Amino acid sequence: MLEVRDLHAEVNGVEILKGVDLSVGVDETHAIMGPNGSGKSTLAYVLAGRPGYEVTAGSVTFDGDDLLALPAEERARRGLFLSFQHPVEIPGVRMDHFLRAGYNELRKNAGEEQLDPLKFDRLIRSKAKAVEMEPAMTKRAVNEGFSGGEKKRNEVLQMAVLEPRLRILDEIDSGLDVDALREVARGITDLSVPGTSTILVTHYDRVLSYLEPDHVHVLIDGRIARSGGRALAKEIEERGYDWLEAGAGV
Amino acid sequence: MTNRTVQELAEQSYKYGWTTEVEEESAPPGLSEEIVRWISERKGEPEWLLEWRLKAYHHFMRLLGDAQLPAWANVTHPPIDFQAIRYYAAPKPKLELESLDQVDAEILKTYERLGIPLEEQKRLAGVAVDAIFDSVSVMTTAKETLAKYGVIFSSVSEAVKEHPELVRKYLGSVVPHSDNFYAALNSAVFSDGSFVYIPPGVRCPLELSTYFRINAEGSGQFERTLIIADKGSYVSYLEGCSAPMRDENQLHAAVVELVALDDAEIKYSTIQNWYPGDDNGKGGIYNFVTKRGKCAGDRSRISWTQVETGSAITWKYPSVLLQGDHSTGEFYSVALAKGRQQADTGTKMTHIGKNTSSRIISKGISAGHGNNTYRGLVKVLPKAEGAVNFTQCDSLLIGDQCGAHTVPYIEVQNRSASVEHEASTTKVSEEQLFYCQQRGLAREDAQSVIVNGFVRDVVKRLPLEFAVEADRLLEVNLEGTVG
Repeated sequence: MLEVRDLHAEVNGVEILKGVDLSVGVDETHAIMGPNGSGKSTLAYVLAGRPGYEVTAGSVTFDGDDLLALPAEERARRGLFLSFQHPVEIPGVRMDHFLRAGYNELRKNAGEEQLDPLKFDRLIRSKAKAVEMEPAMTKRAVNEGFSGGEKKRNEVLQMAVLEPRLRILDEIDSGLDVDALREVARGITDLSVPGTSTILVTHYDRVLSYLEPDHVHVLIDGRIARSGGRALAKEIEERGYDWLEAGAGV
Repeated sequence: MTNRTVQELAEQSYKYGWTTEVEEESAPPGLSEEIVRWISERKGEPEWLLEWRLKAYHHFMRLLGDAQLPAWANVTHPPIDFQAIRYYAAPKPKLELESLDQVDAEILKTYERLGIPLEEQKRLAGVAVDAIFDSVSVMTTAKETLAKYGVIFSSVSEAVKEHPELVRKYLGSVVPHSDNFYAALNSAVFSDGSFVYIPPGVRCPLELSTYFRINAEGSGQFERTLIIADKGSYVSYLEGCSAPMRDENQLHAAVVELVALDDAEIKYSTIQNWYPGDDNGKGGIYNFVTKRGKCAGDRSRISWTQVETGSAITWKYPSVLLQGDHSTGEFYSVALAKGRQQADTGTKMTHIGKNTSSRIISKGISAGHGNNTYRGLVKVLPKAEGAVNFTQCDSLLIGDQCGAHTVPYIEVQNRSASVEHEASTTKVSEEQLFYCQQRGLAREDAQSVIVNGFVRDVVKRLPLEFAVEADRLLEVNLEGTVG
């Protein structure tokens, strides 16, 4: 589904990704771990197409198409979803209106009929219920005045509505207490219909005990320093990143 | 828009009532006592109105002689040659084109984006239109309905003839000729405008709009509007149009006066989209307007809502004099300045009676090289016990070449007053745009969503039909400004 080859990228002229290789197949869950500043979030942003994150070398294909040639919205319309580490507030814009606009863009792209406000209201209500969110929250302005946990849950709600095929979850566990994390993780698991792939970007092992990854990669200084299975994450939890950083010559 | 279009088309062939006489002559350029007399005579005005105009004329000439032009606004423009303006012109037959193919492609694109139907596009662009609707019946129904309730809705010229006692009593009672430079000019040479009177206890059954008036166009330069809501009455008045309006007259100096008696309420909504000039600041309308309402009666309420997206320069401060006890004044504003536009707008709330309250919500959007200034005065006079004011001024910046300024004046002379002022300045952030894009919205649509969210508090006060237009208008006006 997703093939990343020797990806180099810079932000404000500083090279952050220095040759990342990653291959994500259908129905797979990959965890990208790494210390702060190793380029985890940059990788997530580059894949999602954030303006200002400049790819200087390498390639990324999504279903065989050149992903890097597409603007961010086009990537979203094709089924790539990024759950933000820090979801953005958009004052005055109602969540349900906002999401319906995005949802209908996706439908338009897929050649499907657009949903009118009434039908969409039914959809968002049922999805809110599924991710254990108060439907009334969807009538509030996008993320405005939401607590950290509410913002994360709101990301999961949007994911539930948009039904992406590739989910990139950037630090989905940050700002969540144990109970909230369990609920959010359950939401994510429940949404994993066949054909869905997931990239979990995380600093800690904690979230991985809820969302079992098939593959774990450790990103050190802009490169994948080591890949392995679930055991690698456990080892990092015990030993930290130092031993890997030493190996990577950092 | 569609309803409106029907009305506008209807006006094309409506030939009964409300039309002012078709003038056959134009005055030569320049301003003199003779010109003022000439205008008054052409309009067949009574002696008292001529005297009123002349007083204003002499006052204006004194101000002009002393070079007392308003200088405090945060705007710049070359000096205006007041002797080069033609103060009275016969309505000219519009240049008629044969088809839309002859119309500037850019203009057509704008019409299309605003969703203006084809027939309507033709009318706006000056193409000959076949009136295909049953125009007379639409107008007749509206007139009959208003008449049934005793509502007077006519041109000022007609009201001078039909209801001289009302006009004489209220004309200049809120904005006297001596109020300011441009009000003096308007009082001397005003062409025409709307007159509204709502009888006691009547809730006006229709939203009154200038569209009802056949001769709304062409009287734009020195328009004068007077609205009186008698005891316990209510009226909602809509002014303007989202379609880009061109006018060869660069200077517009209108005056609007509102009077609300005991328990009356007036809601005045404006959408202004006059030609702003080109991207280099060439051309464009100077919109120097004096708008003021008087809450003359106890428990009366006046509310101004405006969406200002056009004009090269906007200089406008819809205000309320809170004279009656327990009266309320409101000002909700969205002002957009892009390209080389300059907007200096805000309000004055003058608390005079007891337990009066005022509320000000101002949303300024600056893009390109636009310069947006909020200028507001909240004044609490010594006898205004228990006055309450809340002011919120928010500015949104798009790009880094534009400017936003907030100039609040607060003068409180009574210790019991409560005056609150909040202000904020934000930028449309890269993060917000990307977040929207990540959910599937194109970058331009993302910006519209953010801007529409920013102005929500104001736009939701507009009558529904106007609100939809306002959103679309902002969207179209901000096209091409996204980074």
